[in-house]
Amino acid sequence: MEKSSVRKQIVGRGVPVRGADIDTDRIIPARYLRTVTFENLGDHAFEDDRVGGEHPFDEQRYQDSEVLVANANFGCGSSREHAPQALMRWGIKAFIAESFAEIFFGNCTTLGLPCVTATAADVQNLQNAIDADSRQEVTVDVESRIVCFSGREIDVSIPDGVREQLVSGNWDSLGQLWDAEKEVDVLAAKLPYTKSFVA
Amino acid sequence: MGKTLLHKTWEAHSVRQLASGQTQLFIGLHLVHEVTSPQAFQMLRERGAKVRFPERTFATVDHIVPTDVTDRPFIDSLAEEMMSAIEQNTKEYGIPLFDISDHRQGVVHVVGPELGLTQPGMTIACGDSHTSTHGAFGAIAFGIGTSQVRDVLATQCLAMERLKVRRINVSGSLSNGVYAKDVILHIIGLLGVKGGVGYGYEYGGEVIESMSMEERMTVCNMAIEGGARVGYVNPDHTTFDYLQGRPYAPAEGDFDRAISWWQNMASDVDAVYDDVVNIQGSDIGPTITWGITPGQSVSIDGTIPELGLLEGDERKSVQEALEYMGFNEGQSIAGTPVDVTFVGSCTNGRLSDLREAAKVAQGHKVANGVKALIVPGSQQVSAAAEAEGLHEIFQEAGFEWRGAGCSMCLAMNPDKLQGDQLCASSSNRNFKGRQGSPTGRTMLMSPAMVAAAAISGEVIDVRTMLN
Repeated sequence: MEKSSVRKQIVGRGVPVRGADIDTDRIIPARYLRTVTFENLGDHAFEDDRVGGEHPFDEQRYQDSEVLVANANFGCGSSREHAPQALMRWGIKAFIAESFAEIFFGNCTTLGLPCVTATAADVQNLQNAIDADSRQEVTVDVESRIVCFSGREIDVSIPDGVREQLVSGNWDSLGQLWDAEKEVDVLAAKLPYTKSFVA
Repeated sequence: MGKTLLHKTWEAHSVRQLASGQTQLFIGLHLVHEVTSPQAFQMLRERGAKVRFPERTFATVDHIVPTDVTDRPFIDSLAEEMMSAIEQNTKEYGIPLFDISDHRQGVVHVVGPELGLTQPGMTIACGDSHTSTHGAFGAIAFGIGTSQVRDVLATQCLAMERLKVRRINVSGSLSNGVYAKDVILHIIGLLGVKGGVGYGYEYGGEVIESMSMEERMTVCNMAIEGGARVGYVNPDHTTFDYLQGRPYAPAEGDFDRAISWWQNMASDVDAVYDDVVNIQGSDIGPTITWGITPGQSVSIDGTIPELGLLEGDERKSVQEALEYMGFNEGQSIAGTPVDVTFVGSCTNGRLSDLREAAKVAQGHKVANGVKALIVPGSQQVSAAAEAEGLHEIFQEAGFEWRGAGCSMCLAMNPDKLQGDQLCASSSNRNFKGRQGSPTGRTMLMSPAMVAAAAISGEVIDVRTMLN
């Protein structure tokens, strides 16, 4: 695995996207799924939420942000990988939230985008701190499970296995699954439904 | 100590433990559709990989398919491009495709079960979050993203963390006019839209056990709306009777052996659960959403919450929903005028759903100014409904009888809301903009309640229309 796949630490400006239960239809509306590639999705991230021009993604001060800070159940709904793809192509490299929907979390991991969780109070403080000073750097330290901002540190959570994948650079799921050809054949042949249920 | 079906199915399909601590899980059935697969096939090409088990992979088209004019090329050139892509990809990799010219085409989660592809004790994956539907058969069925579609195509495996299991008992019985849809909306209302994160939901109890397979599919379909990636019902004679004789079900001579294995895969009576929730069927009324998440629901005779009684994040969520929906706190839900009604989707687009809607519609007329769509979940559902004359009941009442597809559930096809239209919908998501207009509004309910709303022009208790 190339060194560039290692995700020990992401350092960048933050962008707060407030509100609970922000679903993947809002992150990328279904009409933009009428495509055979993931290119250009970044242009349509949060498109319908941005109609009034007041979304953080439209604010000049957040244009170079790389760390998205959200509230509870971020990415719920559809399994569309187009959602993290759109955010990644907009420029996001890591997520901090109170909680994530499971499929969104998994999709982010397969793209090498760390998702870490923090308490509601810490997330709110972080969002407010970014609001007050959008130019400051936010450090997402995946390895030591810490996020630093405004000279402070907060503890964040990420499951052991996912942390290990990101820190070692082995988050490409296909890379992990690839080299078990024989074991897969043996298991498939043992499953009753592959052999007319004959014991 | 007994094991759950999830535990047993997991063990039977575990190839090995990965360095990350995840399990490499073999997938017994991979269902593919046109929206989440083209990029996966492209990734496969870039890595020079083949489809590892084409015989365990089946494709159909549903999300982008128009439900009125289906002549090729499609009017929408982007939809046409996607259709061509899945035709080319399935041909190149030797995967069977049920396309629009095939009588087996339809919504992927309707097609799998009706063809007998979906079976108990099997792991199933599809690039769609409503794959949980297949759990109705006692399968463990995962909705996955496109990179994982690539993984399953290339290796027939997924890297997964084992889920905890929450047993949800629904005891007693349901009253007349209360359906499977009401049960799942009630469960999500009770446990919340993120209550199921990290869990698989095992549904049981008399109410679930007495349900038909189609009703169980409705309940499992929306597990994901409660945050649970999979939901399932233990297989029983209702399951076996449904499967017997279907094209891809075990052959007649193998069927008894299949039943033995399936019964062994069901949760043991002394199975240990990570959590147990008990619900009384008699506590469930016709349930309807008033907000912008499937958890924001109320019984038809109830009212929207009052902000003064709420605190913190919940208050903010309710406030946001009220602003979007244009509703007032404390307002009764009955009597809300609707512009559009939609019966269809992987949640409620099966024959029994159309029958229940037709019972309500028969002999009535759709209210003036209401656009009412009936969209069968598959071509086979459509044919079966037409054989019973359901299409005539709907057409005489002023409903539009459409072809099979996902239609207005997610509106990435020509069926869409306009402006801030309000839709009474039998689908699964009431998210902002979900039905195709950025300001469109959705209220989720059972197909019978949707038909009742179409007739009366407003949200109404269907029980007042049933004999």
